[in-house]
Amino acid sequence: MALFRFKQRSVLPGFGLTMGLTLTYLSLLVLLPLSGLVVKSSTLSWREFFSIIREPSVAASFKLTFGASLLAAGVNAVFGLIVAWVLVRYQFPGRKIVDALVDLPFAMPTAVSGIALTALYAPNGWFGCLLKPLGIEVAYTRLGVTIALTFIGLPFVVRTLQPALEDLDVEVEEAAASLGATRWQTFLQVIFPLILPALLTGFALAFARALGEYGSVVFISGNIPLETEIVPLLIITKLEQYKYADAAAIAVVMLAASFLILLFINFVQWWSRRYAE
Amino acid sequence: MVEQALRRVGAFDSTSGGALMAVAAPLAKRSVTSKAKHSTRPIGEPRWVRRLLITIALGFLGLFLVAPLMAVFVQALERGWVFYLRALGKHDALAAIRLTLLVALIVVPMNTIFGVLGAWAIAKFRFPGKSVLITLLDLPYSVSPVIGGMIFVLLFGKQGWFGPWLEENNLQIIFALPGIVIATLFVTFPFVARELIPLMQAQGTEEEEAAQLLGAGGLQTFWRVTLPNIKWGLLYGVILCNARAMGEFGAVSVVSGHIRGETNTIPLHVEVLYNEYNVTAAFAVASLLALLALLTLVLKSCLEWKTAEELSAAETGYLGD
Repeated sequence: MALFRFKQRSVLPGFGLTMGLTLTYLSLLVLLPLSGLVVKSSTLSWREFFSIIREPSVAASFKLTFGASLLAAGVNAVFGLIVAWVLVRYQFPGRKIVDALVDLPFAMPTAVSGIALTALYAPNGWFGCLLKPLGIEVAYTRLGVTIALTFIGLPFVVRTLQPALEDLDVEVEEAAASLGATRWQTFLQVIFPLILPALLTGFALAFARALGEYGSVVFISGNIPLETEIVPLLIITKLEQYKYADAAAIAVVMLAASFLILLFINFVQWWSRRYAE
Repeated sequence: MVEQALRRVGAFDSTSGGALMAVAAPLAKRSVTSKAKHSTRPIGEPRWVRRLLITIALGFLGLFLVAPLMAVFVQALERGWVFYLRALGKHDALAAIRLTLLVALIVVPMNTIFGVLGAWAIAKFRFPGKSVLITLLDLPYSVSPVIGGMIFVLLFGKQGWFGPWLEENNLQIIFALPGIVIATLFVTFPFVARELIPLMQAQGTEEEEAAQLLGAGGLQTFWRVTLPNIKWGLLYGVILCNARAMGEFGAVSVVSGHIRGETNTIPLHVEVLYNEYNVTAAFAVASLLALLALLTLVLKSCLEWKTAEELSAAETGYLGD
């Protein structure tokens, strides 16, 4: 194995053992099962594959999942930027508690978030009863799906932006101000381009998380076929009907989407590094 | 090059401090900026803009984070403490709690051990393909938990690849404890290694090399030198891993089969109660998980400044060399 030639360079022991065990564990638990999914879907011909994906219920759920995830990530990009900005730049009482609370969607089990959001936005819930007279229905609609996905994606944007905002050089802003730029101009033309890579990365991470999210959405979505059925739920439905090939085909599309997002994030990081140099 | 030339001429005196600063910048930056953060800024937004932004941020967080959190506890106690405690004491609820604890008791130690092994191999040695390996370790993060559960159904389910063989030998993985454990192992796989790798990379290998030179064995070096250095970061990873292991819903939901009192973990039991319109009981059980989430956040925040301290200590140690 080519890997082991490099071992002699270090005086520390255990490279062969730890690397061997790590690779074995990784392969058994992650790589082989995931490749099994790809193999399973490759037993389908292209024609079968496309007929599964174009099935009305499948196509509708793809549209919903991608649309709502994109919208939720967009909302998070705007409000996440404001939250991160406020947490990094301003002092106010309770700032540290608020900062810790941002991770709540990470820490809270998704099923709990799901039923809590449903209780809030159901027609008789705290928010639902306020919105109902306005003619806005949230629970069991696409809007509800979007709200759940916004909840789940928020920490990704905030946590990616915070270090970028902290690393900004004050001098650059001072220079802009001393050259006569207004604060808004400084933000748009100096600060925003510098934090754009982090904002895009956070957006992409929130989007990726939303695509795969299940627990926090299934309760508030109501799972109405062709209306509010998200892709992960559809996969579970297909599995319950023992339509393994269908489920695999849908899952492969989702995997491909995650892979593309990962590529996008790597590209953004490469681009920002080049920009920085 | 220009700077070197200038220094040779001796004309660089006044700015040589600047050049040094530039070298130290990546390491020292954090402490410099955090100091700058607290000083009164010469430039900044007008007060009304600041107030407006703070209001928007807090309003958004209140709406999206605080309200759901409060809803859990208010709903759980809607029918009073007696009902709350009785809901938690029900046979199925206790079975779910036991199962969740058992799963966490298996999953967390396993992923901790392999997380430490992986971090040791990745952070302490140089080898080609390191970044690919780190990406692969992160893979479960970027895969939907539903897909994480499904891949094991494809392998071990009744109509999966090993299904017939398992049935012949009377082994059950899917719709039983092993399936739940495997699916949870998958989704919580990256947590510990992910925390340890940057920490161990920042700490470098000098201390371990010194221990080796002084005659310590491999395990001795790990226990006496490495472990004390990474203990807070390790604990951080373990806490996050545990929170996810106990709260995982999507992946477990695919492989568990929802057998009441047998293969229902706490989150699945919440779902069952909720779908039976037993809403208050569902929230009572859910409040346990919400408390776990809050505890996780508190511990996490406490550990964050500890690890930050360790990192900066490691970095200043670096600078001293």
